[in-house]
Parts: sequence; C-alpha cells; structure tokens
Amino acid sequence: MQSGSDQAARQPAPQGPPAIEIAGLSHWYGEGKMRRQVLEGVDLSITAGEVVLLTGPSGCGKTTLLTLVGALRQVQAGQVKVFGQELAGSSRAERQQLRRSIGMIFQGHNLLRCLSAEQNVQMGADLLAGLSYRARRDQAREWLRAVGLGDQLHKLPHDLSGGQKQRVAIARALATRPRLLLADEPTAALDSRTGRDVVVLLHGLAKEQGCGVLMVTHDPRILDLADRVLRMEDGKVVDSAAADPLAPGQLAVG
Amino acid sequence: MNPLLAIWSGRRIPLAWLLLTRQPVRLAVALAGISFAGILMFMQLGFRDALFDASVTVHKMFNTDLVLMSPRTKSSISMAGFPRRRLVQALSDPQVQGISPVHWNLLLWRNPETRGTRSILALGFEPGDPLFHDPALTAKSSLLTQKGRVLFDERSRNEFGPVASWFRQGRTVESEVSGKRLRVAGLFAVGPSFGADGNLLTSSETFLSLLPNTPSGSIELGLIRLRPGADPDAVAKRLRQRLPKDVIVYTRNGFIEMEKDYWRSSTAIGFIFTLGAGMGFVVGCVIVYQILYSDVSDHLPEYATLMAMGYKLSSLLGVVAREGFLLAVLGYLPAYGAGLVLYSVIKSATKLPVQMDPDRAVVVFTMILVMCMGSAALAMRRLADADPAEIF
Repeated sequence: MQSGSDQAARQPAPQGPPAIEIAGLSHWYGEGKMRRQVLEGVDLSITAGEVVLLTGPSGCGKTTLLTLVGALRQVQAGQVKVFGQELAGSSRAERQQLRRSIGMIFQGHNLLRCLSAEQNVQMGADLLAGLSYRARRDQAREWLRAVGLGDQLHKLPHDLSGGQKQRVAIARALATRPRLLLADEPTAALDSRTGRDVVVLLHGLAKEQGCGVLMVTHDPRILDLADRVLRMEDGKVVDSAAADPLAPGQLAVG
Repeated sequence: MNPLLAIWSGRRIPLAWLLLTRQPVRLAVALAGISFAGILMFMQLGFRDALFDASVTVHKMFNTDLVLMSPRTKSSISMAGFPRRRLVQALSDPQVQGISPVHWNLLLWRNPETRGTRSILALGFEPGDPLFHDPALTAKSSLLTQKGRVLFDERSRNEFGPVASWFRQGRTVESEVSGKRLRVAGLFAVGPSFGADGNLLTSSETFLSLLPNTPSGSIELGLIRLRPGADPDAVAKRLRQRLPKDVIVYTRNGFIEMEKDYWRSSTAIGFIFTLGAGMGFVVGCVIVYQILYSDVSDHLPEYATLMAMGYKLSSLLGVVAREGFLLAVLGYLPAYGAGLVLYSVIKSATKLPVQMDPDRAVVVFTMILVMCMGSAALAMRRLADADPAEIF
C-alpha cells in the first residue's frame, strides 16, 4: 500500500494548472472520546479539465473529502488548495465566494420544489454578475436544451422523472459556469441505463467547458469515463489508476 | 440605461413570491390569519376612536377658531366660569372677526312622562348668534328668543322621556328644570356623549333664569371666530400673552383634544380597546411566525443547497424578509376592505361616528408590517441551521 503523495507523483503530467491540490489532509468528527478520524493524511491533486472518480466503501471519507474541497466545511488539518486558494483557515465569506466557482451535484437532486426546471437552472445563472434577467433566462434554457430537457422547461420537479431531475441538477450546476464540478453519487437514485446517460452527458459538458470533475461513485459501469479512478479506504487514498478497463471485481461496492 | 430598467433587468427569480404562491393552502391560512388580526385591530381601534369622538360631538358643533375657557375647567362635565369681559378683550386683536359667549352647565331635566329627573347638558347663547356650523340650527335658534323655550336633542337617551316623538306628533311638550317651566320649541340632533346623556339648547336669558346663582358677567365658554386667512396658532399665542391668567386660550383642535384626553385618562376605554387591538396583534404574530417557521423548516435542505451553490446567507435572509413583507401587504388589503364594510355596518347599527381614518389605516398597516417582519426575523434564526455540509 502506498501513500497518496507517491500516487500523485506517478500520475501522467497534468495538462493544465492544478484545480485541486490536497496535502496531508486529515479530518475528525465528534469531540473528546467520541472523536473519530475520517480522513488520514490525504494527498491528492487534480488538474483543470480532468475527470476523476472516487470510489470506496461507505464511511471511508469520500463525502467528507468532497465537502472539504467544496468549501462547505472548515479544514481542520492539512492543506486544501482550490484554484490556488488555500482553504485551511479561510473565512466563511471566502468559502461562500469560492463556492460560486464550484458546481455541485447531489445524490438527492435537491432541486427547489417550488421552482420550475427553468427557474431552478436560473437560480444557478442568477449568481453570474452583469447579465440581464433575460440573458440569464436564455442561458438557463440553453443548458436545459443541452441536457435534453428543452421541452420540459416549465415543469415542476414533482412532474419530472428521477433521471430528468438529475439532468436539471446538472444544468443548474453548469449554469454557474463552474471551473470545478463536484458530484456525490449522481447516479445512485437512477437505473443503470439512465445513470450512465447522465454521467456521459456530464462528462461531455465538463470536457467542453474545460471544467474539472471530482465524482464520488459506486457505479462500476461509469468508471471507463474517468481520466483517473481513485480508491479510498479508511480515510486514505489507497489506489489510483488511469481509467483503463478495470475488472468490476476490483471495485468493492459499499 | 434607465436606472429603473437596470433594476428590472438585474432582477432574479422572485423566490419569496414563488415560495408563497406555489403553496396556496399555506398562503391562504397565513393571509386569513393576518387579515383576521388586521380586522380585529381595525375594529378595536375603530370602536375606541369612535367612543372618544362621541365625547366631542357637542364640541364639534361650534363654528369657531379659538376658544376661551377657565383654567379650572378640566372637562365638559365640570365647566368653570370666567369673566365675560375677557372675551370682549379678545376683540381688540385685529384678526378677530367675531365672538360668541356660551353658558354651559348640567341641569336636572324632569321626564315629562314619568316625572323622574336626570342630568342633561344645557347650552345657553344669544339666539341668532352664528356659533354653529349648521346654519339650519342657527336659524332654528331664533325660536328661543321667547323666554322659557328650549331646543331638545332628539338623539338624547330615552330616559329623558318621549320628548321627540311627542313633539313630532304636534303635542306641546313641557317639562320643569329648577322649578321653572320649559317648553320644547324644536329639535336638533347631536347624540349622547360620555359626559351627558342628552343635550338642550336655550337662550342665555332662559339659561340664567334656570341657574340664578351664576355670577353676573360669568360665562363658561368663549368662542372666537377669526378673519379668513388668519393663523389660529399665531392669534392664540398673542391672546395668551395679552389676556390675564384667569382664562386659557385653546385652538379648536386643542379644545376637542382636551375633552378627549380627559376621557382617555379617566376611563378604562382606551386601555380596554387598545388591549383588544394588542391581542389581535399577538394572535397575528403567532400565526405568521408559525407559517414562516414551518416554511423555512420545510425548505431547509433547499436553502442549504442554495448556500452550497454560493448564495450568501444574507440573500437567503432577504428571501424570508420578502416573504414577510409580501404576507403583510397581501394580508392587509382584505383587512382594509373588510374594515370599510364593517365600519359602515356598525355606523348604521349603532350611530357611533366610526369611519376609516387614514391615520388608523396607517397604524394598522404598520402593526401588520411589524408583526410580519418580526415573525420573519424570528423564523430566520431557523436558517442558521441550514448547513450546506449536511446535504451531501
């Protein structure tokens, strides 16, 4: 078993500037005797435009890693740099500002129930400064067309299928024009066919935008879409490989 | 670009509006609660003001700009006398156009039917003197030139006897006050107030014969009419400097407010009805808080998602604040409409001078706004629980 930093050294030369640089990242939950370590010295680096999948059994710290990179949690120990900005010791306002350049896709799509598909996507576009309402709405429509929902603009999430909702969520995440996309098991609630379609779409759009992707997944059918697959166990990155066809048996499904 | 246009094109998805309107049942409950609170406040404050207004119906009859009274006078039921020559002295001011001395006291009226006595407010003045707003009443006062004649308030309480109905039937209505015989020469309409259950108008001569102990040259009320365009406050100030301290100069409003203040401070009416309005306010607060709190709680994961997307906490607080503001406006409008309808119903049923007063409309709107914004502020505390890290 090798440490994460050795892993990073073995990677092919990055094609662009690093989007994420993590060094010696550790994280704990709880206080006192209940304190439990979830991340133990993670080292990881992702270049802009790279699609990286993160797998591993549940409870191994994947989601925690994602929330730390996504500037949703305060870094406790180690370093996390996103687009060169150090997150350790960052203020609430700095993290909030940084989150604007990170798109997030959740396991539960987390769409706003009272907004139509178009309005949900526009909630993302509304974060862009200096655009008129009409321009932002047109962008929202454009993104919905890009995910194949051009004819479902005015439907409420309630009236959309699971796959459609997840595609709206992808459109919403991309509408903020993120430089980095974080996704937490975006296919978990979908059947295998729809799941793969959604990830293919996400992959294509991210590549088009030159946007880095860090995706937590258990789904073996989508591993071939990744530039790199990282495997985590007990709070450590234990294995990494270029996305060559991997035997599904190698991937424990948690 | 036109700044209004810039604001319009810079607008975002109206999240507060959509949160409210896409949950019509919850919105209806909230608006019903706010409207109910608003109607309650309109009713309670309306009754309160109407009762105070009823205490000055007599005061409002007078066509006057300034009023002279004795400093010992505290209300319409305890009018003290002052020298009549002070009123004549006021004539020396170039802005004063005319004066009218008025006698004012409570007398015991004998019910012509049952012979029981009851206290009635009597005003004595020179018949034909234009001291009333209503020219018909001034004209009618010429009937009082004959001694022993009175005008009787047809809206006086029934305990004074069926004076008005007898008079209309053409009967000669006579009664007795202080051992003197009085005949009703006509009717007028003012209505009872806090101080008096009924009203009586008569000439100064008759008045003085009923109250023979009145010091000569003493009156209770001096009305001063100013030339058109004169500033009542400026003249009042001049008169206060010029006249001795045995009289007080009031403007017309000051005269009315003095009487209202007396009843405000000496009765529990203000307290009772203000308390009623306060209860409406509290009920409204509870309802709005419940609605907004559960609204925020239900949407907590969505708010957390917005924070994860990069929305500031302050812009989410703004959404809740806008919800509160929209609820206030949407809830106030039906309350205002219902208030108008109920006021006209009450006015026709009780003869109370109740009507939609702009000041009260503003007060009630302010209360509803405070209610909704306060509840929104409390509900916002729930937003602090929206942790974007928990939604992954």
